[in-house]
Amino acid sequence: MLHLSYCEQSNDAWDKYSVAVKTIDVQVRFFASLRERLGRAEDCVTLPRGATVAQVWDQVSGGEPLPDNVLIAVNMEYAQSEQPVQGEDEVAFFPPVTGG
Amino acid sequence: MHVEIVSRGFDPWQELRSYQDRSLPAQQGKYGATAVFVGTMRDFNVNDQVLLMTLEHYPGMTEKYLTEIYHKAAQRWKLLDGLILHRVGELRPNDPIVLVAVWSAHRSEAFEACRFLMEELKSHAPFWKKEQLKNGTRWVEKNN
Repeated sequence: MLHLSYCEQSNDAWDKYSVAVKTIDVQVRFFASLRERLGRAEDCVTLPRGATVAQVWDQVSGGEPLPDNVLIAVNMEYAQSEQPVQGEDEVAFFPPVTGG
Repeated sequence: MHVEIVSRGFDPWQELRSYQDRSLPAQQGKYGATAVFVGTMRDFNVNDQVLLMTLEHYPGMTEKYLTEIYHKAAQRWKLLDGLILHRVGELRPNDPIVLVAVWSAHRSEAFEACRFLMEELKSHAPFWKKEQLKNGTRWVEKNN
């Protein structure tokens, strides 16, 4: 299956196309030990409209179940995996926090 | 109020003094209580000697979260002002990690708000610590 991601594009033609095919682009970020494990700090996924955070995870992890202790933020607010995402959202996945 | 992520060493007592001189004159005579917490890096964690620690954060979300919890605290306990500084980057034992200070009319608000801010920060603020031990590195898995 050919998978095309147009996450880097931002122009009228692409916007019209994505509306027509009903997909959204989502920026993804990983932190700390999760970033090390997945081998990257950032990614970008193209998903059907109405997709949830769980589907974002599914794509970036290659189908791995979402670990219980992975925390989620959408546009820098804590969120749950059932939350739908919108085009241009920033979704972050990270381990339990250890500041202070 | 002021929230800042600091990428180099800071002296919490100097910062407190300077914030109090610079930003609190408007509140002079109004605050009866100041509560302060300073967290400092230790050289030991879970049975291992720690030589160095690297603190990572989520730029943007960390500051947003700390500002939000301050505003929550300020409404709940009627605070006059607050200061939160937190290091990121490389730290060595004895380096200050975090300063939380609050000013209020009375002591019970100051004590409680300061405690609340530290507990919220420890539980939810997006920071992660990586420790350099004698025989390798490890990510701190959870807070105490």
